[in-house]
Amino acid sequence: MKPILEIENLSIDFIQYERGLRRRSLPVIRDLSLTVEAGQVVAVVGASGSGKSLLAHAILDILPYNSRREGIIRYDGEELTQERIQKLRGREIVLVPQGVNYLDPLMKVGPQLRKGSRDAQTKKKYLDALGRYGLDDAVQELYPFELSGGMARRVLIASAVAESPRLVIADEPTPGLDVSSAARILAHFRELAEGGAGVLLITHDLETALAAADRVAVFYAGETIEEAAAGDFAAEELLRHPFTQALWNAMPQHGFHPIPGAQPYPGETKEGCPFARQCGGCTEDCQTGSIPLRGFRGGLVRCLHPERVQKRNGQDG
Amino acid sequence: MLEARDVTFYYRGRKKSPVLDQVNLSVAPGERVGLKGPSGRGKTTLCRLLAGYERPRAGKVLLDGRALDSFRGVCPVQMIWQHPETVADPLLPLGKTLEEAGAVEPRLMEALHIEEGWLTRYPAELSGGELQRFCLARALHPSVRYLLCDEISAMLDLVTQAQIWNFLLEEAERRQLGLLIVSHSDALLGRLCTRIVEL
Repeated sequence: MKPILEIENLSIDFIQYERGLRRRSLPVIRDLSLTVEAGQVVAVVGASGSGKSLLAHAILDILPYNSRREGIIRYDGEELTQERIQKLRGREIVLVPQGVNYLDPLMKVGPQLRKGSRDAQTKKKYLDALGRYGLDDAVQELYPFELSGGMARRVLIASAVAESPRLVIADEPTPGLDVSSAARILAHFRELAEGGAGVLLITHDLETALAAADRVAVFYAGETIEEAAAGDFAAEELLRHPFTQALWNAMPQHGFHPIPGAQPYPGETKEGCPFARQCGGCTEDCQTGSIPLRGFRGGLVRCLHPERVQKRNGQDG
Repeated sequence: MLEARDVTFYYRGRKKSPVLDQVNLSVAPGERVGLKGPSGRGKTTLCRLLAGYERPRAGKVLLDGRALDSFRGVCPVQMIWQHPETVADPLLPLGKTLEEAGAVEPRLMEALHIEEGWLTRYPAELSGGELQRFCLARALHPSVRYLLCDEISAMLDLVTQAQIWNFLLEEAERRQLGLLIVSHSDALLGRLCTRIVEL
């Protein structure tokens, strides 16, 4: 079966002006490949600023004007051209946006969801969608500023899934939600997947990702550094990249130990491994050339020494 | 001791359905109290009341038995917000934002890993985790004794979350700060708090 979404070697650059007319190009996503099969929830996890949201915007073709995109995005086996995405987005391909400020502040929730339609059928469709997330009729009469953070988020999700989409791109759908509301939303994403849709779940929260996803892609400084089955996160030894292991170790239930430092800014790493500054096992060959993404124990990893990562953990444990 | 006594609060025009109805809560120095509850239950509103941004419609907010607005100078109760980008002036470089809150001890800047170069940048040029460090530095004025942390790490990745909390726990211990920690993550609250309250 054809995958519902295929991304091949996607790169995104921002063109900036520094001092007068001198232009520079800032690579924010480099050589990214990702596949979402129908019936699958694929999570993209990474630090803020690693390019997760840009990925969503690239698929929907809503990147800012000063950006340049390279690589191929295919939907349902065919390339997703500008004309095609304009027809599909909001219908077959939907976005659950990250910010609660994506709602129109001057329009009540109900009319905003219905996008102007007033017929009974549309009304019922959105009432059902709101009801599914525990929001009642009264919410339709409120303005966005009258909603709490969690309520606004549920309105955004209801708005997206009421159209019975085939590809859902959810950009940080759960922060600010209590555990039971978050679980209900994740369960619904699973339901959509079981009904044959593909779901791309973008989040910084590994726990959320693991609760819903079949596969997890980890982002670091605009690159995929690991792709693993959700089950691999059961134990540190099953993970392949040192950054993924660092994420695992920083979870409150696994020791809460942070590694020092932060990911480099876009354009800061000219060559070699972008994680080198934070990595305990960095060697000389990590500092030059580009590090390829390759298969390793049933997953993908962008590290020259994944077997050493294994061994080190073997000794610790 | 920071206390909310029988606090009731409703937003304008919603008198019939108050967000908070006779709520009681106390935080002692050195204590780390977790606050959890479903969304829309008034967790942030309670923090705003405790920090003095709003006044309760009924009931009292007291610090060591005195009304909060009777304290002069920097308010000893400071709030740290969920979205750091919404509480830093977008038109000021961050160094200026910090200055407005009074001099920040160099020790804090070091412990929070705030780099010299960040001081001349604008909020839009830093990531959420970096901005949140500034918000912490700004809130940790020497006269501050209570911190209200409203989902301060919900938007951060796990590594940054652990970095920030490890710092804050150490600082709270050192200065015997009282913390009120709002979060939806049971694992996080379990790790951080001495006591957990449900709203």
